[in-house]
Parts: sequence; C-alpha cells; structure tokens
Amino acid sequence: MNYLGRRLLTFPLILLGVSLLVFVSIRMIPGDAITAMLGTEAGLLTPVQRQSLAVYFGIDQPVPVQYVRWLGGLFQGDLGISVTYGKPVLEIVLQRFPLTLELALLAMLIALSAGIPAGVFAATHSERPADIGLRLLAMLGQSTPGFVVGLLIIFVLSVYFGYIPAMGSFTPLWVDPLANLTQLIFPAITLGFAFAASVTRITRSSMLDVLSDDYVRTARAKGVPARRVIWHHALPNALIPVVTLSGVEFGYLLGGAVIIEQIFALPGLGRLTLDAIGQRDYALVQGCVLFIAFNFLVVNLLVDLAYAALDPRIRLGAR
Amino acid sequence: MRIFKALAAHRTGRVGAAIIAIYLLLALCGLLGLTPHDPLQQFRIDRLSPPDTTYWMGTDLIGRDTASRLMVGIGQSFLIAFGSVGLASLFGTLIGLLAGWWGGWLDGLLMRVMDVLLAFPAILLALLIIAIVGPGTGTSVAAIAIVYTPIFARVVRGPTLSLKRRDFVDAARTFGSSQRYILSRHLLLNLVAPLTVQVTLALAWALLTEAGLSFLGLGTQPPAPSLGLMMSEARNLMQQAPWLLIFPGLTVMFGILGFNLLGDALRDIIDPRTRRRAA
Amino acid sequence: MSKLLSVRDLRVGFGAAAATTPVVHGISFDIMPGETLAIVGESGSGKSVTALSINRLVDFGGGRIVGGSIGLTRPDGSVLELAQADERALLGVRGREIGMIFQEPMTSLNPVHTIGDQIAEAFMLNRDMDEQAARRAAREALERVRIPDAAQRLRYYPHQLSGGMRQRVMIAMALAGNPRLLIADEPTTALDVTVQAQIMALLAELKAELGMAMIFITHDIGLVAGIADSIIVMQDGIAVEQGRLDDVLDAPSHDYTRHLLNAVPHFTGGRAVPDRPARQTPDRPVVSVSDLAVRFPVGRRLFARPAGAIHAVEGVDFELMAGQTLAIVGESGSGKSTTARAILGLVEPARGRVVTAPGRDGRPVQMVFQDPFASLNPRLDVEGLLAEPAIAAGQRVDTDLRKRMTSLLDRVGLPADSLDRYPHQFSGGQRQRLCIARALMLNPDVVVLDEAVSALDVSVQARVLDLLLDLQREFDLAYLFISHDMAVVERIAHRVAVMYAGQIVEIGAAAAVLSQPRHSYTRNLIAAVPGIERRRQRYDLDTTPVPSLVRPLGYEPPAARWREAGADHLYRQESS
Repeated sequence: MNYLGRRLLTFPLILLGVSLLVFVSIRMIPGDAITAMLGTEAGLLTPVQRQSLAVYFGIDQPVPVQYVRWLGGLFQGDLGISVTYGKPVLEIVLQRFPLTLELALLAMLIALSAGIPAGVFAATHSERPADIGLRLLAMLGQSTPGFVVGLLIIFVLSVYFGYIPAMGSFTPLWVDPLANLTQLIFPAITLGFAFAASVTRITRSSMLDVLSDDYVRTARAKGVPARRVIWHHALPNALIPVVTLSGVEFGYLLGGAVIIEQIFALPGLGRLTLDAIGQRDYALVQGCVLFIAFNFLVVNLLVDLAYAALDPRIRLGAR
Repeated sequence: MRIFKALAAHRTGRVGAAIIAIYLLLALCGLLGLTPHDPLQQFRIDRLSPPDTTYWMGTDLIGRDTASRLMVGIGQSFLIAFGSVGLASLFGTLIGLLAGWWGGWLDGLLMRVMDVLLAFPAILLALLIIAIVGPGTGTSVAAIAIVYTPIFARVVRGPTLSLKRRDFVDAARTFGSSQRYILSRHLLLNLVAPLTVQVTLALAWALLTEAGLSFLGLGTQPPAPSLGLMMSEARNLMQQAPWLLIFPGLTVMFGILGFNLLGDALRDIIDPRTRRRAA
Repeated sequence: MSKLLSVRDLRVGFGAAAATTPVVHGISFDIMPGETLAIVGESGSGKSVTALSINRLVDFGGGRIVGGSIGLTRPDGSVLELAQADERALLGVRGREIGMIFQEPMTSLNPVHTIGDQIAEAFMLNRDMDEQAARRAAREALERVRIPDAAQRLRYYPHQLSGGMRQRVMIAMALAGNPRLLIADEPTTALDVTVQAQIMALLAELKAELGMAMIFITHDIGLVAGIADSIIVMQDGIAVEQGRLDDVLDAPSHDYTRHLLNAVPHFTGGRAVPDRPARQTPDRPVVSVSDLAVRFPVGRRLFARPAGAIHAVEGVDFELMAGQTLAIVGESGSGKSTTARAILGLVEPARGRVVTAPGRDGRPVQMVFQDPFASLNPRLDVEGLLAEPAIAAGQRVDTDLRKRMTSLLDRVGLPADSLDRYPHQFSGGQRQRLCIARALMLNPDVVVLDEAVSALDVSVQARVLDLLLDLQREFDLAYLFISHDMAVVERIAHRVAVMYAGQIVEIGAAAAVLSQPRHSYTRNLIAAVPGIERRRQRYDLDTTPVPSLVRPLGYEPPAARWREAGADHLYRQESS
C-alpha cells in the first residue's frame, strides 16, 4: 500500500514534468504556427490580422505566461484549439483515441494469448526441439521491425491473395464490428508479432527461474500433478516480469503506433501527432503528447495494481 | 579473452558474433566507398533490374544499385547506432551511478527526470527532438541517445544499489578506502559485465529505431542511402520489384538479430544463473 | 516386521555425465517402520541427493538414477520399485506415503497462496477430501504442530510468519497424507538454536504419535544423537560408515567419522574454554563500548517524522582487552552484528561511545564478515584484494608490500602463487582465510569476526578456528567474536557476552557464563544446544517469543540492574 501510495504521489509530479518538457520543446521547434497554417498566404496578412490570429490561438503572450494559462486550462479539460482543424484539441484527440486503444488491446490480446502458453511450453520442454524452435521464432520476432512485418503482410496479401486491407477512414467497432475487425486485424497481428515474441521470451525465462524455486519442489513433494504445479504453483509467481513488460509495451502502443498506422493508413493517435508536428500545430502536439504520456502513466499505475493483485507480499507489505 | 572463448563455445552466440562481424565488414567497406557500384549513380538503362550478376540485388526505380546502397546504408545505421548507444550508455551510467550511490534527494530528482523521459514512447520522443533540430545524422544520434539514456540509468542504478550494500563495499569502508576507489574498483568494475550485455541489446534497439525513423523520412536524408528509407521507397513498387523490399528488410532484420543473439549469449556467459540453466 | 524401505547400491548422477561420474555411488540401507535414520555429511557429500532420490524429486533438478534399487513396501504388502517407477506411480507415493520437509522454510512455501490453501491442497490430493473437509483438516493440522490461533493463521501468507512458524507449516503439510516415511532435509539448519530445539521436539513428538519412520539429513552430527536410531556417515557420495547410533558415536571405525566427531565443535558446558596463556603485555582495553544504542527509524513517510524506531542495540557496555577474545552470542535479531558494525563505524550509533586505543600502526580495528563469497570483490585478483587496505592507508604497492602479502598468505595456509588468482578459484574456507589475511594487512590490534566461521563446513570450520587461535598468539590480537554457535564460542572465547533483544543480558568469564548461566535466556540458549552426549533426550523449552524491538519515537528503556555472580560474571536482573 505504501509503495502504491508513493506512486500515486509522484504521478502528478511526473505529469507536471512531462507538460513542462512538452511545452518548452514545442516552443523550440523552428517556424511559427501561423506561417505553417497558411503557407505562402501568410505573407499576405497585415500585421494587425496576424496579431489577432495570434491572440485567438493564444500565442501572443510570453512563453511562461502561455504555459501557466495552458496549465490553468488543463484543469478544466481545455487543451486549447488546434490551428489546423479549428476544433478543440481534446475533441480531436478523443476522436482518434478509440482506434489506437482498440489496436493496442488487440495486439496485447494476441501477444498474451500466444506468448504466455508458448513461453510456458518452452520452459517446461527446456532444451528440447520444441523449446529451441520456439526460442528461434521468438528471437526472429523480436528482431524484425514492425514495418518489415507490416509490409510483408501487405505484400503477401496483395500479391498472393489479391487482397488489400481497407485503408483510410476508420469504421468504429460499434458501427460495423466485422468491417472494423477486418480493418484492424492485420495491423494488430503486425504489432502483436514482436510483442508476442517478447512475452514468450520473458515468460520462458521467468518460468525457468520459478520452476527451480524451493516451493515448486515442495509442491512436487506433496504429490501435486505436473500440470497443476505449472499452472497453479509456478505461473502466478512467474507473471510479474510478464506484467511489467506487457504494461510498458501496451503503454507505448497507446501512444499510437506511428509507423504501423502510416503503413496501413489508419487515422490513429500516432499519425495525428506526426502530422501535428509537421504542421507546427502547437496546441495539438502538446495535447497529443500530454495525453499519450498521461495514458502511459495510468497504465503504469494499473501495472502496480496488477503486482499487488499477483503478489501478497506487495499487497500486504513485506515484513 | 575469456569472453571470446566463451562466445565461440556458445551455440547462438557464435552465430550472432559472426553476423555482426560480417555487418561490420560490410559497413566499413560501405563507408570507405568499396562498393560494387557507386551507390548514388543512376544506371538509367538498368532501371528496376531484378537481381543478376551485375546488380546482385537489383536496382531501384532510378537505376541505383541496391547492394551498394545497402552497404552504405548499413554503415550509416551502424554509425548512428554506435554513436547513440555510446552516448546513452555514458550519460545513463553516470546518472544511474550518481543516483544509486548518493541516494536521497539527488536520487529522487534524477530518477523522476528519467521517469518523465520514459513516459514518452521512444519514437515519439525522437520525433519531437527531430522536429526541433531538423532531421539528419547528428539529430538521429542525439534523439536515440536521449531516448535510451533513462534506460541505461535504470539498468545501472539497480545493481549500484545492491552493490552498495554488498559486504565487500562495507569491508572497503572499514579499511577507510576513498570514495573514488570504491566507486571505480568495487562498483564500476562490477558494472562492466551487465553494461556490456545492455550495450549489445541497446544496439539492436537503436538499429530498430533508426530504421523506423528513416522509414518515416525523419532520419538520414536522401539521396544518401539508408535502410528504412529504401524500404519506404519500395512500398509502392512491391508488386513490380519485390527485391527492393525484401533485401533491405532482411538486412535490417539480420542486423538486429545479430546483436540480439550476441547480447543473449553474453548474458548467458556473464550471469551464472542463466548459465546453469543452459547446462 | 518387514522393511518399510530398502535401498540397494543406489547410484545417482547429473546431466550428461550422470553415468560416468555419479554424485552418489553405491548407497544401501534399510528402514523399519517407525525407525529414524540419520544421514550425516558435509556439503557435496551427496546426502541431500540421496534423500531426493527416494521420492524421485532429484529428476526435476537434472538428476538421474543410474543404478541400484529403492524398494518401498506399500500398505498392502507389495513392493514398489521407486527407482524405476513412472511419474503416475510416483504421484501416488509423494505426499501419501513419503512426506518431505526442506532446509529453507523461507523459500519452501509458495508466496502467492495462503498457508491454509497450501495445507488444504495436500489434504485434498492425498486424503481425497473435498474443499471444506480439507480446510477443517488444515486447521487441525496447524493445531497439531502447535501454531496458536490456527483458524486465523490459515489466512496468512508465508511472508507473514517467522522462520520457525513456516517450518511448522511445512511439517503440517508434509504430514497431511499420513505418510509412513518423512524425509527431513536439514530442517533446522536455517533456524536459530532455540527454534531448532522446538522443531526437534515437535518432530520427536509427532513421530511417536504417528509411528512413522524418518530419514533425517544433517551436517550436524551433534543433532542426530537426540533423534536417530541408526546413522549413515557420507563423504564424496559413499557411505563411509553406517550402523546403530550408539555404535557409531561411541566406537567410530572410520577415520572420517572420527575426524567429524573430533573436529566438529560440540558443546560441553564450558569445559572446553581455553586456558588463558600468560601474555607479555599488561591488560589494557583496546575497545571500550559504553552505553551504545543503535536505532533504525521505521514507518517513515514523505514529509513526516518516522513513527518509531527499531531499537536494534540498546545500552550495550563492554570492554575488550588486548590479546583476548570476547564472544558476543545471541540469536538472529539480537543486535550482535549491529554492535559489531557500530564499532567499525558502518552504522551510526544513536547514543553511546566506542573508544578504540590507538593501534600499533594503521587502523587498529579490522573486520572479517560472515559470507566469504560476498565480502570479496569478484572482479579483483588476490593482489588487488590484499592491497586495498594498504592503498587506503596511503601505502604504495611495491616489492615490500608484495612480500608482506605472500608471507601473510603463507601464514594463513594459502599457496604462494595465489596473488594473481581470483576469488572464484578458491573454496569457501580458503576465501575466509583470504579475508583473514586481508584483515591482518595493516597489523591491527583488534579483529572483529562477525559469524566468520558460520558459513563454513564443520571440518573446515574447525581448521579455521585453529588458525584463528594461532594467529591470536602470534600477533597478539584481540578478537571480538560474534556468533550464534555456542560450541564454537566455547572453543575460542575468554569472555562471553550474551545478547537478547538488543541488550546484553549476561557477561563474564567464558567458563563461568557457559557452565553456570544465571539469566533465564542464557539458560534457555544453553539448554537448546544439541550434543552427542544428549542421546534421545527430549528438549523441553520455554517458547516465549522475542519481544518486538519497535518502539515509539522517544522511548527510553529502563536502566539495567546488574547482579554479580562471581569475580567476572554479571547478569541482568529480570523483572520477576
């Protein structure tokens, strides 16, 4: 509880640090927003017009003042207004978020449901052909960049099956589940492949450690059948590193898989951020990055809760 | 010397070391200009030529030799990977060591700053940095270095904390050994092994990140060849000229695989727990 | 009556070399129902491997039975060949017919399940009970191993219990299936001596109650006297001697058994205290500790004062005389190591003074730690290790210094070519010799030995003790000898201080304190020490738990009142 309490205390502190870092670094991007927005037409603006636009987007003040105003807005759920879209940042971000969230969840589902059994199987068949094969596969999976996997999938689909995954506009799950899933399944597999490889590897090594622990021997000494030794006695103890890894990976996926979204032309959070940076849309970049960091920190907290659920020593405090 | 012998005896470590050795050779040749063709020259009559004896890996849309471009690309990737990992391990080690050894508020402050950096997905943080400074080789090095510094800081801080409580450090205190002596001989010397493993694995990540950045057009700028960029350019040609996609893809994959295999083998050799497991 | 277990020519090996270089080669023995067999040996003797082979747990550690037979007589009279049995048959044996308890109670219970679930599981598996019946049985089992508040303790997780309690839980679990054979693999080695006595008493009682046979594995030949009917002495994978308990202990026929019986210190009630040789220099204190207190804050929160403190050491006074050995004995948590660390300045005292007389040269006080594997930097060679104290003292590493290193190495019994070797190339005993040599580099007056021989095998321990005695005479050293082991203390100490819950409760001349203990805790401690003289003797013990050392902030304990029991023998008056 103490540990969790400490994490809760540092949460706003880190968020503040993130916001400051984002804010300052955005201000260091060369070029100004109005020129970026209007392109060459910006040259046609009179100084007065330019000034009033600056006032509208709140970029006329000195940077510290802008920061304080922005922070103040944050507390009311106001992330500012996007220069490119002319809409509140929060609205745009929330509109893109479902896709990113669903993609991340699907990828994690694939990774855990393939990786944990594979890791357990490899550990319990250590140094036999099945283990060596799985390790090789996992090593390959971990070494292949997502865009290589994605491009290969598209290549195979288009060349051998004449199928091109639906790209462009996103169909939400609640509108048409089938269309939604056919659209997301290949990007999810792409992301899940490397993820599953990591899960397999960490499950295997953690299981191997745990299987040589004394309490596993105790369980065997009292006549517990092998299957129950593995799933009931060993696996719960082996899951902590798996949870850590999955949390970090999932947290990063929630930040949008920039490259995979690019390849499959999906309008997710990652591409939104990438485009916003390109368009010098200060408010939008800030909003996106802060939202992403916030999600990452929330996932970290959930991971801590998962530790507590898994391990009574964390839940009840070690003596 | 012992470590090389152990690597040679390690089943997968041998493979990893061999891959990396070949890549280093290719990179060196690429950087020194010892390529089959000029990587920038456009052989206009041989555009989109499939692999043959002249162009071992084919040519691209404007007739440039893929094999030559790959060699230079590997050189470029390795420069960025080694540069960024070198910087990240240097600063990360320094920060982790300081935080772990002195503890208290300094530890709190440094590690919270690291937490802030870790709260950004790596690619995103790199994007932000590139947006500020503009793309280029130096920027890629700096961006990847900043992304991986917190990871090294964490990797060093953990063992520092446990080494600090080891009996031999207490023993050193009872002799009255100086702080400098303790830090250099008892801490750093014992950190070399875990750091070696981490550096090798970080090189794999750095290759991955660099390829991703250049794939997005934010790394090495054209016309200079880079692995990610070549794949990005090949995207729309994958039906007509699959070699343009497949060779750079395999090149990236095997490079990362090499470092991963090497890093895993080093960990097996250095960590007696996993060594026992392998036996 | 027929044999319960019959082992013939058992051979066990590991890995690829299992058949060619077995770890156990050719062990044979029989066990009758209700009988106890003790297997005694040092580390690497193959005693645990032998035990683990009987229920075939050795398979899971990479081991393989490469020869011989293990016949177990089932209740129906048939004989099951365990060495060849398949996993299905073994599942019916483990827990049901053969129960097992292990050395490390801290790690032998699953940390993520409650002890109730773990015990109940054993009942469900081995007595075919449903969940409710199993939970009831688990509660009764906890009561049977004398755990108070059994109903509540069922919901505890292992980390919420002390080591002794956990070992009781292990016993409850092992006995759930009413096994006819219990294998106990060093079940008390990790425990304090008074807790060890309680567990031994419990085992003896349950054995009598249930009529089961037992195989008791130990390194401590003194411990078996109280419990075993017959004994096997193992060395390097073979039984060098086996027979009835009295025959082996009273008339050992093999050299190694004699060596063990002689070399292993066994407690004789103060009679082995060394006669103090006359010293050239007059008595003077080299370390004086007065009113020492060490406290560690607990419950510290962000921006808040700590709620209280662990009073690890409280009001400790003593003087260590030149050339003498003062032993501080106590169990874990008594504050004995913290006292040592405070003297070396490794922890900051909350109160009190430590005065050390100026030394002959350099730093007058040096220390040797318990774990010779942890106190030597694995990345430095012996020259680097030995040079460190000298470098810290501002000396240069030159030919003179190297000469001193080689002469010290020679003196502690290490080969002269050790200088460029690394710690991992030495055995535990050799490493501890290395630590001793390092401590002597600066020619100290005092060496603090913090459990310095506790991690060593018994026969190695005896040789290192002899070395320490020689070095003391030769270099006129004073030792502050921190230990939990009364037998070792009896061999080396001139004076003894007994610590309990952070305080000294009795101090004085070793012979007086060990033969006529006055404080109730000292008496308890001495009563708990096993010895080969105490055969089949029941340990009857006070089981009051150690009081909590956590006190609210600002707490000051009442001043001690001391009573005199002799010329050099003080003990703390107890509150009725």
